[in-house]
Amino acid sequence: MSASERGKIVRPYGDTTGDGRVQVSFTLPVPFGTPAERARAEGAAAQLAAKMGLEPAMVVHAKGMGPDYTFFIVYGRVSHLVDLSQVTVVEREFPLLSPAEVNLRIRTGLGRKLVVVGACIGTDAHTVGIDAILNVKGHAGEKGLEYYREIRVVNLGSQVAVSDLVAAARAEGADAVLVSQVVTQRDAHISNARDMSAAFDAAAASPAAGLRRPLLVVGGPRFDPAMAAELGVDKIFGKGTTPGEVASYLAYALTPDGGGAAVEDAAVQDAAVQDAAGAVRESAAAGAGAVRENAAAGASASRAASAASAAGAAA
Amino acid sequence: MQTRLNLDPAVVRQARDLAARAGQPIVAMARTHTTVSVERAVLRLAGLSGADPDGMPWVNHLVDAIRAATGLEHGVALPAWDALLTGGYDSLAALAQAASQGRVSFRIPSGADADAASAAARAAIQTGFDRIDANRAQRQRMIEQTSEPRMPWIYLIVATGDIYEDIPQAQAAAREGADVIAVIRSTGQSLLDYVPEGATREGFAGTYATQENFRLMRAALDETSRELGRYVRLTNYASGLCMPEIASLAGLERLDMMLNDCMYGIIFRDINPRRTFIDQRFSRQIHARAGIIINTGEDNYLTTADAVDAAHTVVVSQLLNEFFGREAGLADSQLGLGHAFEINPAIPDSFLLELAHAQLVRELFPGAPLKYMPPTKHMTGNVFAGYLLDAFFNLCGVMTDQSILLIGMMTEGIHTPFLSDRDLALENVRYVRDAAGRLGESFVPAPGGFIEQRAKQVLGEAVDLLRRINGEGLLTAIADGTFGITRRPADGGRGLDGVVGKADGYFNPAAEILDGNEAVPGQPAPSLSVIGAGR
Repeated sequence: MSASERGKIVRPYGDTTGDGRVQVSFTLPVPFGTPAERARAEGAAAQLAAKMGLEPAMVVHAKGMGPDYTFFIVYGRVSHLVDLSQVTVVEREFPLLSPAEVNLRIRTGLGRKLVVVGACIGTDAHTVGIDAILNVKGHAGEKGLEYYREIRVVNLGSQVAVSDLVAAARAEGADAVLVSQVVTQRDAHISNARDMSAAFDAAAASPAAGLRRPLLVVGGPRFDPAMAAELGVDKIFGKGTTPGEVASYLAYALTPDGGGAAVEDAAVQDAAVQDAAGAVRESAAAGAGAVRENAAAGASASRAASAASAAGAAA
Repeated sequence: MQTRLNLDPAVVRQARDLAARAGQPIVAMARTHTTVSVERAVLRLAGLSGADPDGMPWVNHLVDAIRAATGLEHGVALPAWDALLTGGYDSLAALAQAASQGRVSFRIPSGADADAASAAARAAIQTGFDRIDANRAQRQRMIEQTSEPRMPWIYLIVATGDIYEDIPQAQAAAREGADVIAVIRSTGQSLLDYVPEGATREGFAGTYATQENFRLMRAALDETSRELGRYVRLTNYASGLCMPEIASLAGLERLDMMLNDCMYGIIFRDINPRRTFIDQRFSRQIHARAGIIINTGEDNYLTTADAVDAAHTVVVSQLLNEFFGREAGLADSQLGLGHAFEINPAIPDSFLLELAHAQLVRELFPGAPLKYMPPTKHMTGNVFAGYLLDAFFNLCGVMTDQSILLIGMMTEGIHTPFLSDRDLALENVRYVRDAAGRLGESFVPAPGGFIEQRAKQVLGEAVDLLRRINGEGLLTAIADGTFGITRRPADGGRGLDGVVGKADGYFNPAAEILDGNEAVPGQPAPSLSVIGAGR
């Protein structure tokens, strides 16, 4: 094995290079009461550890939780090798920024507040999604767009007619229109999104209307993020989207030159590292030590990335 | 009492007086207005429940029909019971169904008809209060039969979205040591202008607050309380557009604590300020009657603003919550004022600052069952560091005699807690409580030292802010973004169209009963300007 190849293969590090030592904790639905139950529980944990590739494994801690469950901490050695040359790095089209970075980018790139008009359109009265993104309270530990000093939010609420949405976007001078669709009976979310983009295109095409077509963003649990072009919108956010992702996207899409080199750097830091097991994501906030996205959010980020490439191909 | 921070009683008195002065105009507005939700709560107290096949409650149909016919300036009671008596309907539900189909003509009765309608309304609504009173007595009996857990009470959250999943989780949490179970509501329920009906099995990141869900969970926890020999309290949220109705349902189903902040809905949910304050007064009157402890939401300010810079806004909000709460008839023992351990742990002396803030709140509100919230903002995903931070939160809680500890999860911000996360969290608090539970009695900050100085600084900043609020008025201060760095104009937000000025002949039997309970209007409660005695 050459030196360069050897550098590409690594194992977990406990206290000695190549020892492969890791620590895991988990719960099994087994009782931990009588001595016989305890022995069986620890055996069950050791079996799981072995199947996970920990060989040998040490069950260092076992504790009953109520009558039916036991918690374990296990240390063991894994034989798996990590081939660094096989790690693929997928870049999101836009960097995840902190609120302060979003504000800075808007201030320098746009020179005024970014105006967002949000609504649930058609018959949809479920404002859960749009409120989670827009309200200060936010979602998943992130504040909503109202929290961003450089974003002015106009939330029209539920059951807004498309014509009213277009009128509001014009009156407010919207840079972006965010539409949430939760109700999906008879694919209402699809037809509503199409109606909405068609209405904006028509209004923008008519000089009399005096409307600059805003960036059109739709979101909802049943949207396929790859359908943006088909629906005539600029971006689709799926399930698990956080306000910070939306704010970062808006800052990116509406101020293409705003952040300059600093933002380029953030994009590199923000690369999503994927392995066979799924997506692991380090957000831009990782600089502050925060890695709080779960696997679901990671998955939605990779879906968003693929949607972006699809939209890019269509454009 | 022995103050450990040597606070100047004159400054404390001044802070309370300023809060009372800022709150008075709001109380005056709340007394002269009603809302669609207050009127719906009146009907719920009279026993009207159920919904049409689409899930829209009958109380909404009836109030909407009456509003369209006569307006709500006179209240819903007179026209409703007049139509009930003169129309020959055998129940409010039958009347509401007919009204929803446009088959009822409502009027404001006069003379003998008005007397008959008001007597019938009073009798019907009294049945609701009888049930609330019986529940309060039943809670006391249950506590005597089981036992009252010692403070700090351990507060745990369940939130599966499915009430039938919530129940075994809540019972398991109680067996593991929880004294208070909170069922988090479905995201967005606060913005619904109706209360969903029946047992619900799907919600968004929480379970809908419904009368049936309340009943099911309280019954389950009664069973567990008897099994454990310890009364396990149940908490939900009287907030959002249906605050008065949910407060009423809580009283009718013997919930024990309710989240009920004076400004949370305004700041964080963009609910109209006037609507919120009017709804809130009625809600708090119901809570006072039902013996329910309210929990206020000051912890939320520290998730938007910096916990050091904004520490005084917490104190200001607590003083306002105390004023509004006492005015609505709540005893100090029902004022679960909130605050939180949210200072960046990377700041030098962060734990001393937390001690200063927590001890300040303890001394300002000696009779209040303070609710202390664990770190969330600086939980980084490093679960090991997070576990340590939670232990420091627990330590600060026992050192400063906090009353209700919400248990911090080391996986905060990562996922809904695993069973093991909750078990480890309880192990953490049990260790701290057993190892250092009596440390509070020996915790006396050095006179003139860092902790005392910091507490005095925060109190001074609170007085300055209250002075500013008094200068411009509370509604203007809220509009200017004083709280949670969010601007909320008095005529903005959701629900303003549900606010109605009361006419001279406004009639509301529930308000009559409740106003009979409260402190003399406009007069401070006896201990208002005195630092209470005893810790």
